[in-house]
Amino acid sequence: MKIHIPNSAWLGNIDKFLSSFDESESDKLTITANKQWISIHPVALSMVAALGLSCKPENIACEQIEAKSKHYLKRMNLFDLLKVDSGIKIIEHEPAGRFIPLTQITDSNNLSDFITDMIPLLHLKPEQAEPIRYVMSELMRNVFEHAESKIGAIVCAQYFSKTNRISIGIVDRGVGIKETISQSYAVKSHSEAIRLALTPGITGTTKRIGGTDYNAGAGLFFIKSIAKVNRDFFVMYSGNSLYKLLKTQGNKKVRLYGDPLKDKHSGGDDFPYWQGTVVGVDLSLDSRKEFTMLLELISTTYSKSVKERRKEYYKKARFI
Amino acid sequence: MKTIKIVNKAGSFAENKDIARDMRISKITPLLEKGNEITLDFEGVESVTQSFIHALLSEVIREFGSEVLDKIYFKNCNDTVKGIINIVVDYMQI
Repeated sequence: MKIHIPNSAWLGNIDKFLSSFDESESDKLTITANKQWISIHPVALSMVAALGLSCKPENIACEQIEAKSKHYLKRMNLFDLLKVDSGIKIIEHEPAGRFIPLTQITDSNNLSDFITDMIPLLHLKPEQAEPIRYVMSELMRNVFEHAESKIGAIVCAQYFSKTNRISIGIVDRGVGIKETISQSYAVKSHSEAIRLALTPGITGTTKRIGGTDYNAGAGLFFIKSIAKVNRDFFVMYSGNSLYKLLKTQGNKKVRLYGDPLKDKHSGGDDFPYWQGTVVGVDLSLDSRKEFTMLLELISTTYSKSVKERRKEYYKKARFI
Repeated sequence: MKTIKIVNKAGSFAENKDIARDMRISKITPLLEKGNEITLDFEGVESVTQSFIHALLSEVIREFGSEVLDKIYFKNCNDTVKGIINIVVDYMQI
């Protein structure tokens, strides 16, 4: 496998970064990087780390990173996590208030501890922390519940004080969304599977609309909705499909839809094959919409969508 | 009336749905089966996830019917916790 860390890879322009990924020879990884400057979303970093963790350290070839911002990769724990000697020396500062370095979460208890420890690292107000831990918890529990990822979940995040925004990346190398959804639905493509996974009330664990005692099929819909209400990006990539929720313009009223294809989005079915699932999200923390109000809006859309889907399946007696 | 303190098992951010399911199976369901009324006390719980509340309540509503909500009292819930409980209670009755 080959992955190039480019000059810029944020959710708005991530397509080019994803397209450049070479998935051949899955037991080896070559990491190259832009020689001038590196500025990347945590999801891109989590992807690089996830690929590296899928290989033995001796099978990772990382070229000498020359970019002026190379220390960022070191600070985010990339090389230590992959057990690769980068030769980069830095003076470590207290990370509080800026970022959550690359972390590998392997089980449920590990996750609870991580969430408890993570929030103080960001030095945020409780109301700002609320959507972050919500998103982190739901996404990572999805990994443990559905992904069967041998490396668990790889997560990192970066807080930007100027824009009061946090960018989060959560990545696994598990079975992918298509295989999970296929347990209950006949899906032909990865994009169809992503569409269903984002639809309220649909889960791979049952065909029953509304889910099981353990799974409502609501988590991903909630997270996409949190991003949409905050007018932020949300990206999901699995197999060879990318779904990217685009930002809602500031002057437009936000409407939530049960069908993710009704949201303003981009993506496609012709990306290099990613074994597992990649989720990237940006959250603006100065949004005026309070979390409880946001939940009400999401709840209304969820109920409406589940009702509509139940009607589709509702059978009437046929009298002849 | 029996009281179950959520924070004791789930902590201040109640997000672990394995814990929610355990609480439902080991405490909530047996008490309801015996005809008890119960109080779910959320004192000390700052926030919950929809997955947690779903794992805690959905099967109870499915098994006993929505009438069971007359036997369950939710205490010391902040607005976020109330909001998420309402979401689950609503969609379980669609």
